[in-house]
Amino acid sequence: METTGLLAPYRVLDLTDESGFSCGKILADLGADVIKIEPPGGDAARFIGPFPGDRPDPGKSLYFISYNARKRGITLNLESHRGRDLFKRLAERADFLIETYPPGTLERLGLSFGTLRRQNPRLILVSITPFGQTGPYRDYKGSDLVTMAMSGLMSLIGEAGRMPLRVSLPQSPMWAGMYAAAGALTAHYFREAGNRGQHVDVSMQSSLLWALANGPAFWSTNRAVPTRGGSSVTGRSLTGARMRAIYECKDGYLNFIIYGGKAGRRSNQALVEWIAERGLATESLLNKDWNRFSIETSTQAEIDEIEGPTAKLFLQYTKSEFLEQAFKREMLGYPVSNARDILDDPHLKDREFWQSVDESVAGAPLKFPGVYARFSESGLPAFRPAPRLGQHNIEIYQGEFGLTEAEIASLREEKVL
Amino acid sequence: MTEPSSKAALDGIRVVEFAVFAAGPVVGKHLGEHGAEVIRVESHASPDGFRVHYPPFKDDRPGLERGGSYALFNDQKLGVTLDLKKPKAVSLARRLVAKADVVIENFAQGVMDRLGLGYSALRESKPDIIVLSSCNQGQTGRRAAQRGFGSQLTSMSGFTHLTGYGDGEPPMLLYGPYVDFVAVGFGFIAVLAALDYRRRTGKGQHIDLSQYEAGLQFLTPVLLDAQLNRRVHDPPANRDPRAAPHGVYRCNGESQWCAIAVFNSEEWFAFCRAAEKPEWASDSRFANHENRKLHEDKLDQMIGEWTRHLEAGDIAARLQSAGVRAGVVYSVADLFACPQLAHRRQWVKLDHPEFGSYEHEAPPFLLSETPAELRRSSPCLGEHNDYVFEMIVGLSPEEIQQFKDEGVIA
Repeated sequence: METTGLLAPYRVLDLTDESGFSCGKILADLGADVIKIEPPGGDAARFIGPFPGDRPDPGKSLYFISYNARKRGITLNLESHRGRDLFKRLAERADFLIETYPPGTLERLGLSFGTLRRQNPRLILVSITPFGQTGPYRDYKGSDLVTMAMSGLMSLIGEAGRMPLRVSLPQSPMWAGMYAAAGALTAHYFREAGNRGQHVDVSMQSSLLWALANGPAFWSTNRAVPTRGGSSVTGRSLTGARMRAIYECKDGYLNFIIYGGKAGRRSNQALVEWIAERGLATESLLNKDWNRFSIETSTQAEIDEIEGPTAKLFLQYTKSEFLEQAFKREMLGYPVSNARDILDDPHLKDREFWQSVDESVAGAPLKFPGVYARFSESGLPAFRPAPRLGQHNIEIYQGEFGLTEAEIASLREEKVL
Repeated sequence: MTEPSSKAALDGIRVVEFAVFAAGPVVGKHLGEHGAEVIRVESHASPDGFRVHYPPFKDDRPGLERGGSYALFNDQKLGVTLDLKKPKAVSLARRLVAKADVVIENFAQGVMDRLGLGYSALRESKPDIIVLSSCNQGQTGRRAAQRGFGSQLTSMSGFTHLTGYGDGEPPMLLYGPYVDFVAVGFGFIAVLAALDYRRRTGKGQHIDLSQYEAGLQFLTPVLLDAQLNRRVHDPPANRDPRAAPHGVYRCNGESQWCAIAVFNSEEWFAFCRAAEKPEWASDSRFANHENRKLHEDKLDQMIGEWTRHLEAGDIAARLQSAGVRAGVVYSVADLFACPQLAHRRQWVKLDHPEFGSYEHEAPPFLLSETPAELRRSSPCLGEHNDYVFEMIVGLSPEEIQQFKDEGVIA
């Protein structure tokens, strides 16, 4: 079995900042040779916390380390003439170039797609920006909060009438990076069928639309506008009934929802059996005919009657006890896990999900999230921690491009590297 | 420059879906958007949950062809029906797979094997088949067989814990099965990479995708922070350690909000100028980032009083033209009026027999030479049985009729 990954033959030049650096990480996870190119002072993301021990250190930003693993790293100053010449040589033999500059920046640098592809018609250019390369908002400045707001997602998170919320860890760059990788590989498939490369224009706002799940369907279907329901699920019943989803348990919270359909019936019945075992069942709950229960016509009274005893039941268990019971009883539901719960989850250990990283990276050994899938034929490439600033300068400039030590020294002196 | 090709990027790829709800079907939709031929297998005995169980339904009247979520997740596909409880249907399914490049399935672990459609069986039908299996927790491990939905897996994957008002309040839900759609993106990527691998090596493969592990890709910094700093985050509502102000502010009208994010002093002074508040700019409590963080409650209160009687759209436009990061908290309806999304042709109206017309969602990325083309609204149940079984599988019309009479194509 090959262990170099599905994309081993391909090279990616990665000019992204934190708004898109997950794209290169995703391609590197599948074996692509991703070269992160940083300005001589380093990617600004190296200064984003958290840091080990909360001591700021550009070599140990956990945010940077998270999404630059498996890449090699070089420095290059694209503002200098010699830097741009060197970059063009790099781009000549690259398969992909990923960038997150404001629209128009590559043109200003003399590195437009037209220029680059004249030398390398195969090149696929992937541009990730908050709103896209063209259009009325192309020059709008983005940030996670702004694109989360303008994707509509925030209008759907939080309590009705209260402040809309985002996820406290930025999600926009993750969605954009993911869809950028998908766009790159769509263009790649076409290129490898005997065509040339193309420009992939990724919008963060557009990428986030899929985080709304079926939200847009309410508008397309009935011109209805879904709203936020706090910790309850709405839009599942035609009567407007809300289903509670977050329950308190002994050591935190659980996510359990009354569902419909075949799967829901099985789960709801198992719940009532459990409630009955603990002596918490009401007479009407015990006699409920689940074959006649249907989520899309359920009323609030009917839902409340089930949810009351359920809340009492769950208070008797911890998150991990609930997970064990839910699995055993074939009930639908999962704990509201925090990072600690996830790190300790034995199931992930069974799947050998974590990559072990030694203390050289962050001062202590780490469990680093592995890849999201196992590939029966191609396997996965060996893990490589995020590069130190300019770590692979010699390997690439000298080893691959044949620059002499003297040339490299002079490039360093001129602050090109 | 040569003329742009009129071909689609994924022309010539055929995909068969044995899938339900969203995590499988939207991968197929994405492949279809760029020209793959995607065949969705369902049955009258067990139609997709979004056809029967969950609103929205057109005009609030349930019906197999009236499910709005089904319509959103299944455009660009052909629809066939096979009652896979019947052995003849399973053998027909295998004949269909023999003509395909990719199979997508998102049943609980073990279901495809029990149907006789597991990877090894499908490989006998098509030696280089690529099979994407996407389930909650992957095909292996102690909880592999656990059934579950994305709305809840989103909580086990850590997202719910990071979302809320803080201060001991319970966590808030994301909307719908958030993690399903993370898994969709990674499933799409995995299939594309496997197609390239097959082109180079001649080998197909089985992709065992865990939706849980897909979700964790979006949370890496938090997982590292918990190990190195023993920190388990409690959500700080909308605040961000690197910025202040950083929040959404209520505007004129009860449901209008505007997001404002200021990361440095240059942006802060630009904000004060655009807001016409010179007194804020000269207030020493807000003179630098550290001070603004220290007095963030006061800052939020002042800004909230300023925005309260202004239109969210006016504020956002004014701040953006001053170079300040700002944006309206769009409702779902606003998305369909957003000029930027309109410019990108994000919503594509297609005719459908029950919906009249329906706005389908175009991909988040635009390809310069092979733009996605949304051509086909979601299929009615079994709509393409005759076409698929005759033109692709190669049955005669008589054989097809016989299978229908026997309840195999049903």
